[in-house]
Amino acid sequence: MRKRKNAVLLAVVLGAACVSLAGCGGKEKEKRELTVFNYGEYMDPDMIDQFTEETGIRIHYEEALTPEEMYTKYKSGAIEYDLLCTSDYMLQKLIEEGEFQKIDMDQLEYKNNIGERYWEFSKAFDPENAYTVPYFWGTVGILYDTTKTDGPVDSWDVLFNGKYAGEIVMQNSIRDTFMVALKYLGYSLNSDSEAELREAQELLLKQKPDVQAYLVDEARDEVVAGNATMAVVYSGEAYLGHQYNENLAYVVPKEGSNVWLDSWGVTKYCDDLDAAQQFLDFLCREDVAKKNFEYIYYSTPNEAVLASLSEEERADESLVPPDDATENCEVSVQMSQETTDLMDTLWKELKAD
Amino acid sequence: MIKRKNINKRAWFSSPYIIWVVGFTVIPMLVIFRYAFTAREGGFSIENVLALFDPIHFKALLFSLKIALGCTVICILLAYPMVLAMRRLNLGQRGFALFIVILPMWMNFILRILAWQMILSPNGILNFIVQKLGLQPLAIANTGTAVMIGVVYDYLLYMILPLFNAIAEIDEDILEAARDLGAESLTIFFRIILPLSLPGLLSGIVMVFVPSMTSFVISDILGGGKMQLIGNVIEQEFTKSANWNLGSGLSVTLMIFVLISMAFTMKNDVEGKKSAIW
Amino acid sequence: MVEKLKDLMSRCYIALILLFLYIPIFVLIVLSFNNSRSRVVWGGFTLDWYRGLFANAQIREALITTLVLAFASALIATIIGVSGALGIHAMSRRNYRIMMIFTNIPMLNADIVTGIALMLWFIHFIPLGFGSVLLAHITFNIPYVIMSVMPQLQRMNISIYEAARDLGANALYGFFKIMLPQLMGGVLSGFFMAFTMSIDDFVITYFTKGAGVNTLSTMIYGEIRKGIKPEMYALSTLIFLVVLCLLLVVNHVGARNEKKNRKYYLAQESNEREEFTL
Repeated sequence: MRKRKNAVLLAVVLGAACVSLAGCGGKEKEKRELTVFNYGEYMDPDMIDQFTEETGIRIHYEEALTPEEMYTKYKSGAIEYDLLCTSDYMLQKLIEEGEFQKIDMDQLEYKNNIGERYWEFSKAFDPENAYTVPYFWGTVGILYDTTKTDGPVDSWDVLFNGKYAGEIVMQNSIRDTFMVALKYLGYSLNSDSEAELREAQELLLKQKPDVQAYLVDEARDEVVAGNATMAVVYSGEAYLGHQYNENLAYVVPKEGSNVWLDSWGVTKYCDDLDAAQQFLDFLCREDVAKKNFEYIYYSTPNEAVLASLSEEERADESLVPPDDATENCEVSVQMSQETTDLMDTLWKELKAD
Repeated sequence: MIKRKNINKRAWFSSPYIIWVVGFTVIPMLVIFRYAFTAREGGFSIENVLALFDPIHFKALLFSLKIALGCTVICILLAYPMVLAMRRLNLGQRGFALFIVILPMWMNFILRILAWQMILSPNGILNFIVQKLGLQPLAIANTGTAVMIGVVYDYLLYMILPLFNAIAEIDEDILEAARDLGAESLTIFFRIILPLSLPGLLSGIVMVFVPSMTSFVISDILGGGKMQLIGNVIEQEFTKSANWNLGSGLSVTLMIFVLISMAFTMKNDVEGKKSAIW
Repeated sequence: MVEKLKDLMSRCYIALILLFLYIPIFVLIVLSFNNSRSRVVWGGFTLDWYRGLFANAQIREALITTLVLAFASALIATIIGVSGALGIHAMSRRNYRIMMIFTNIPMLNADIVTGIALMLWFIHFIPLGFGSVLLAHITFNIPYVIMSVMPQLQRMNISIYEAARDLGANALYGFFKIMLPQLMGGVLSGFFMAFTMSIDDFVITYFTKGAGVNTLSTMIYGEIRKGIKPEMYALSTLIFLVVLCLLLVVNHVGARNEKKNRKYYLAQESNEREEFTL
């Protein structure tokens, strides 16, 4: 009787194990496949199907919300991603850690669609333009409601002078918020000087009572809905905000700001470099880049797409930041461990206050 | 004690669970312990484990305790009348009412919390109604109150269900008898209903108090990121700062801290008998 | 008269709590008809999102994954949890305490800690995919089952079971014929809590899932940045209405059956039936 009972228990355990393993299935190696890791809602899903139709290469597509999430999941080695799209400083970290392999740019038929300006931006984290292909880019600035502001909004000063107390939404992200303070104080956003960072923190502490909320993704909606007068947002968000509420305007403050760049890289796990390059080339192609642009509405580095835009779209500074808007802007680079830890602590102090 | 043999045999029922606990709770916890007791640069260190008592983290811990405690108390206060009221329904209606309580929780959590944000925000639905009534608009959004509403909303179900199970089982005859003997409603509640529903209440407390300490999405969205719960700090260490060692250290200490405090509070109540949670 | 008034009051209270629980759901329903991609702008009435919903294969896939996952994980967690609770209940006081500590651990950890720990552990023996998510969900579901079964186990009259065993009933027979009926309320509420937890989770799912596996939660999580797609509101509304209709039908049929039953079993004790109504 004892035996039978144990048998039943065993059956239950095995049953559970079988059910769980059933979903995993083995990978077939003959078919060409790519595992692609991208930000959420950062590609027109139809393009994935189209790529498979054109080339017969299957795509396993996975999304993440933040670069750090991507890094955590990638580094665990749980899934061998072939292609990764992430942001400037994270790309730099991955390149420095030897996670990327060089791309044979000559194989990319459409790489010249990407403007020279963006290859220059890339050099901040990929000095030889060997590892990454630009995908989307933009600036960080202030989205504000023109009906509720008086006087010009062209400086970070509006966030700190107390005039719009309780009407401000800041980014709930360490680097973006410190960037604002550092730039306002006239320092580099990549500053690793403890004194400068502490000065920035002091400024942010003083500002905190005036801040309505620190949000990430909902910042735009708060301004659209009229809950806040202004918010620090990414340029792409500003364009969408303007679509929903035409009283909104976007400005990159004159003190300068962050210009960010999201690019693709091929990881060291990729054993079908040709397939990966086909995918990158596909993304650079005008029709595909245009579809993605219309799906995402962030600034595209694809000049063929830019040339096809309407007058009105091209005039929108949140969609196509002009050269002078990015004059004082910097690309964020990976910080040293010490600086990252310091910022982390300063941020927690700010939040705990 | 005569039945000791059968009882011991019955303990075998838990073997699949024990296997599961070892395989999927204990071993992953060891991974976390390893991170917790390792300095970031490598090598043994207890710095991360003690980090919870740093002023910044401790402040977050206190605030989390405040939210979790408040949430638990409010959930108890809301849930008791609810289950007592549900007890008054006839049998068929009870099951129905219970499902109606569960149903909203099947809508996605993030969508529900974003909906609350829309309700509570300065130009939100609540203020729209309040202003229509000619009252001053309320400033609830991005405050502790908003966080509290969010956690109570999200965890109330986990108080109602175990309490309902406990109270539904109380024999009406006992209450009837007490009433016939002249006991007042309050006496009946404190002398009969409360003691009989205690195991369910304790389960409910654990299922509300413990998870509400480590939540972070609610404080980020409804608290406007201005409130820092210990859950936010841990989340930040893991994702934004990529300091797994500190995150693990905080988490391990928090776990031990809560387990010990639970042991202390339960010890006095359950001398001699097993409680539902300890 | 007093009873009538009490009935009325308790119904009002239930209505109030339900209002609290359903306010955000109403917001979601309204948003599903909003002819704007932004949740904070009202663009007029539309049914487009419902049309889009049926055309969207990804959402359909995610919905199926979510439901299969929730059902399977809740079911397996209930089986393991109930047998675990039975076994733990029979243990000595010391072992009982130890087991309950381990039961509390998954609830004590922030989701992100559990998620990353499981991910780091899973990669040693199982490729991340649907299977790994299922294992993870079962793991965090079991404590809720145990927490909800344990109080009832404590209050249960175990001697009937022991007597049956002494009279030669085997353990399984005794369990299904004697224990399970007494525990049904706790088992069902444990199952539904587990089901709810599984539907709601996104952090643990995110870290334990493989490429291409999506649940509604992870899908919505990925959409936060660009704004939740209105199809999700439409989907929530549909799920809500379908379940609600099912409930109403079941309740209606149940009420009719109960009337019938009452005629036949008028003499039967009411609390005997109580256990079968959840």
